[in-house]
Amino acid sequence: MNNEAVISVRDLVVGFGATPVLDHVTLDIFRGEILGFVGSSGAGKSVLMRTIIGLLPKRAGTIEVFGTDLADLQSELERRAIERRWGVLFQQGALFSSLTVRQNIQFPIRERLKLSPRLMDEIALAKLEMVGLDAGVREKFPAELSGGMVKRVALARALALDPEIVFLDEPTSGLDPIGAAEFDELIRTLQRTLGLSVFMVTHDLDSLHAVCDRIAVLVDGRVIAAGPIESMIASQHPWLNAYFRGKRGRQVEHLVHH
Amino acid sequence: MSSTATLTATTEGDRLALAATGAWTAERAAELEEIIDDAAQRYEAARTVDIDLAKLDRLDTFGAWLIERLKRALTAQGSTARIIGLSDTDRGLIEEVRLVNRTALPETGGENNRVLVALDGIGRTMAGIGWSLVLLAHLLGALSMVVVGTLAHPSRLRLTSIVHHLERVGWRAVPIIALSTFLIGAILAQQGIFRFRAFGAEVYVIDMVSVLVLREVGVLIVCVMVAGRSGSAYTAELGSMKMREEIDALRTMGFDPVEVLVLPRIVALVIALPLLTFLGSMAALYGAGLVCWLYGGMTPDIFLERLREAIWLPTFAVGMIKAPFMALTIGLVACVEGFNVEGSAASLGLRTTSSVVKSIFMVIVLDGLFAMFFAAIGM
Repeated sequence: MNNEAVISVRDLVVGFGATPVLDHVTLDIFRGEILGFVGSSGAGKSVLMRTIIGLLPKRAGTIEVFGTDLADLQSELERRAIERRWGVLFQQGALFSSLTVRQNIQFPIRERLKLSPRLMDEIALAKLEMVGLDAGVREKFPAELSGGMVKRVALARALALDPEIVFLDEPTSGLDPIGAAEFDELIRTLQRTLGLSVFMVTHDLDSLHAVCDRIAVLVDGRVIAAGPIESMIASQHPWLNAYFRGKRGRQVEHLVHH
Repeated sequence: MSSTATLTATTEGDRLALAATGAWTAERAAELEEIIDDAAQRYEAARTVDIDLAKLDRLDTFGAWLIERLKRALTAQGSTARIIGLSDTDRGLIEEVRLVNRTALPETGGENNRVLVALDGIGRTMAGIGWSLVLLAHLLGALSMVVVGTLAHPSRLRLTSIVHHLERVGWRAVPIIALSTFLIGAILAQQGIFRFRAFGAEVYVIDMVSVLVLREVGVLIVCVMVAGRSGSAYTAELGSMKMREEIDALRTMGFDPVEVLVLPRIVALVIALPLLTFLGSMAALYGAGLVCWLYGGMTPDIFLERLREAIWLPTFAVGMIKAPFMALTIGLVACVEGFNVEGSAASLGLRTTSSVVKSIFMVIVLDGLFAMFFAAIGM
């Protein structure tokens, strides 16, 4: 892993109404790493993700993606060129309910590239198989899929244009432990084969341990720590203590030590 | 980024070497597809083919798949194709795409007889209409059961909910309904005066407008407005509740969705629609009176005098009696359509449209039945 930051957030302030949700947040995501982003519910993890991808306005600070400050982008075209280089997996999948699985995956491809129908079908199917789904689901509608399948299809759609960065908002929430472990494995494999940088908002201690290269912790609107899981467990900060060494955390710690 | 993607061929004996250069990425996928199809055709006869990736700048899934497709095409033509010069970063990707698209896709959409397709469509539509009538009867039955249950235990009536819906479908509809019926009344009067003037029978415009408004137009216009305004809202609300499993949640907690969701809505509509009809009829008469005065030169005294002679209580009652039945129809259709929403956003849109169209249609059919009934009893 080299130390080139694909995303660097500096002194970011985001708020609704009077109280800031993110208070001078500073964070780097390096090329080729999986960054796990944790924090208590409602701490603003998703807010940071949504601010980086441009769904929420910021009050102060800078966000640089691939070395370009997003605020400096002059035209819609430049912004789209950046957006094309990232993919987003929303918490609920956010699949288009009136399109089939195949059409969902093809949607970004169809809009951005002019490809032959045959190649588009092949690419959509290739993506579907890469996320571990059977070709048989391609003509199904999102309402007919299970929760785990929805997440996989949404991941396939996020990866449709071969992005360099993938944002995952709680990818394993709502999955059973086996499904969650498989999904972690899938993210790891895809990250390696496609050379992705991954920003993963998660609560799943197992995924933090299994796939994340680094972990960033958001408490009270600030990033209080960033580093590998060992340093999180070793930390004396009370919140980190409670999070990583609480009842649920102990198991993971146990795993780390052996 | 700007380097073009190419595939150059060199022959060494009976061995053909295809060297891929440049960026084999999504942006160039369209031209790359032509290149590989072309290559697969041109080197049909080649016995051994080495696809050399050593000079590649960049490779993504699109490029990797196209290389794999080229390899498969060559293999299918009887050549021995292999991929050489793989960098470590690209190896994983090439390995990955080697596994995909292995199963042949069954051909979708075979040859179908057009006549059969048309007949199939008609059949399905008719069955759909029949089924929706069954569902309507079903909900009417369920609603009647709930009404009986509520009469036995009046404490089960959700008064707060009824008042809430009454405000939405009744009170908040007052301005728009008053305005539209006012305009309809005015337009009817203006048209009447304009035409009747030729016979010197302008004064009979008041007869025409008052009977028309009180018996038919008032209640119909109000029904159309309410179906578009409140019926569609009911369908969309119930539909999105169904999509988010809220209705299932209610059921598992031991509540009857008909009692909790449908009854308050329909009761509110049945109360609101007659009130709105009365208000709408008055607004229409007011509009007609104003036009008669300003455009037709009939003073309000003449208008009221003529009105008193033209209508009697049953004229007014005919319109008002119809209103609650039409409210029931609109409410039932809206709720049935709402419960029929399936998982997708498109289905929600379709059901909302169909709720408005169906309820307006059924209101008109019902109006026709009422016309026959009132004629038969001489009202």
